Amino acid sequence: MTTTMTKTLTTAKKGDTSARYRSSPGDIIFRLLNYALFFLFALICAYPFYYLIINSVSANDLSALGDVRLWPVGFHLSNYGQVFQLQGLPMATVVSIGRTVIGTALTVLASAFLGFMFTQTRMWGRKFWYRFLIITMYFSAGLIPVFIIMKTLGLTNNFWVYVLPFVVQPFNVILAKTYVESMPRELQEAAEVDGANILQVFFRVYLPNMTPILATIAIFSAVTQWNSFQDTLIYITDQSLYTLQYLLYVFINQASSLAQAAQNAGGDLGQIAGLATEQTPTSIRMTVSVLVVLPIMFVYPLFQRFFVKGIMLGAVKG
Amino acid sequence: MTTQAQAQTVFQEAAVHNLEKATKKVRGRRPRPAGSRTSFTLFLCIVPFLILAFVFSYLPLYGWIYSLYDYKPALGLEGSEFVGLQWFQMLVSSPTQMAQISQVMMNTLAISFLGIATSVLPLFFAILLNEIKAPWFRNSVQTLTALPNFISWVLVYMIAFSLFSSSGLVNDVLNDAGLITAPIKFLDSDQNVWLTMTLWSIWKGLGWGAIIYLASIAGIDQSLYESARIDGAGRFQLMRYITIPQLMPTYLVLLLLSIANILNNGMEQYYVFQNAFNKEWIQVLDLYVYNIGMTGNSLSLATAVGMLKSLISVALLLTVNAVSKRVRGESIV
Repeated sequence: MTTTMTKTLTTAKKGDTSARYRSSPGDIIFRLLNYALFFLFALICAYPFYYLIINSVSANDLSALGDVRLWPVGFHLSNYGQVFQLQGLPMATVVSIGRTVIGTALTVLASAFLGFMFTQTRMWGRKFWYRFLIITMYFSAGLIPVFIIMKTLGLTNNFWVYVLPFVVQPFNVILAKTYVESMPRELQEAAEVDGANILQVFFRVYLPNMTPILATIAIFSAVTQWNSFQDTLIYITDQSLYTLQYLLYVFINQASSLAQAAQNAGGDLGQIAGLATEQTPTSIRMTVSVLVVLPIMFVYPLFQRFFVKGIMLGAVKG
Repeated sequence: MTTQAQAQTVFQEAAVHNLEKATKKVRGRRPRPAGSRTSFTLFLCIVPFLILAFVFSYLPLYGWIYSLYDYKPALGLEGSEFVGLQWFQMLVSSPTQMAQISQVMMNTLAISFLGIATSVLPLFFAILLNEIKAPWFRNSVQTLTALPNFISWVLVYMIAFSLFSSSGLVNDVLNDAGLITAPIKFLDSDQNVWLTMTLWSIWKGLGWGAIIYLASIAGIDQSLYESARIDGAGRFQLMRYITIPQLMPTYLVLLLLSIANILNNGMEQYYVFQNAFNKEWIQVLDLYVYNIGMTGNSLSLATAVGMLKSLISVALLLTVNAVSKRVRGESIV
């Protein structure tokens, strides 16, 4: 009795609430149900992505009929080449990548800098300006007033509307500030004794040491930028500034114009390649979807553990 | 604990390294007098960012005066007629307007309440996942179920479209199996719109929502479990008397925040899913403001509705914060 108990205690690991029990029938049933439940939910979450991918590389006449369900049939990759001949798609890709890269870089830099600056107790009106910034997290004037301001500033139909409103993000500033506060104060003092000014202290001493939190902010910001749809919908009518997300939305909703686009794109290539690779509305939708989701599917698993820690770190103090 | 300590050491080494680099570069210069780095200089460094925050968050508040005009973009504010509180009166006086706004409020509140009612799911998801011992299975489940959180609502709609439209996979499979003769209209129907919207939100958010609870579970003091086990507690008793109570503070904070946000459902999800069939039941406040303001061109009325919404939301947030202060001794904002 005592030996089993000590065994139980020593095998209990961090976060392990159950250790080892004698397996009663109830326990076994619970465990089986638990595994089954999570298997099912994981399947429901993952299968749609798999479905998009197998349909984008399958024979287009079969995917249009919905006959591709479990694995690719009539495998071919020509959809990816052909979809880029669609009007607007190459440009939308450039815009999406552009806003993601520029927007993320600016957000990360601004958050780190502001986070650092707000730890400077000597700053004039520090507490006031910090509140001035944080308060913006909790209210919004509303869609229409913001739209009118953007219009007045000439930001409608302007690439910078994708970037500028995202630069100063109070939540990211909080994350960065909390992180800087956890760093030793002596870093700054030592650098200043050696004559470094505030910008040198930030860029040469603090910034290089903030990588974990910067990576967290970067990944969140990049995902937001890449996925953003609403700003194109509201501020943009110029087709050359459409993003991939917006184009995908247009493709889902305009079946007839899409069929037209498919014929135009497939005109020279499609006929040579034959019926199986001729573009259909379905094949276009699936292929663009995969293009839209692929970057995230690659980046996200790599960073998952990382940013979970990052968000806990900042959220504790909030 | 050990990883944290390791990270700390690595971090300090890196810090010292960078410090040496930095001091090497500036060494040799004449040290400036301390007074030159005045507190006002520090403030000037952040001014550009304060301006951005002002322009995009505070300046639009001025736009609330559009709700007092019959604003026509072509005429500008000077050319538009000043109508006082006409738009606010219209919201409550005209029966058709009243009926419309009640429907919108009902949709907004119903979808928010369903969201709040299902907000315990991530908590149970985390507790149950924590009972799974095989690390590979746990990690795969965590990764796969959090994935939908990282895609846009447009793509969610694309997925819904390819799986649930009349010619989509689900109808195809059901048809092949002989279970249905006519396709079920999952998307183009006014039936159960609130419920399907909630289900899509769950699909998108559940796995990710559980992560914060998984992190909290990992942080629970292990001696609590040990002493409970010595007292003979079983698996379910540990969950009930230790894990759940320990997660309650996190849950309460999130619950209070979602109550404060009860009018803010956002519009993207409902915008992409809206169509002629479900429009009546899917139009939440944010989408309504967009629909009447941007497509209906009633800019002033939309401003008035948006303004009321913002004011109520801030009031709710302050109330919830005060309640939290009183009950838990901690404020949440």
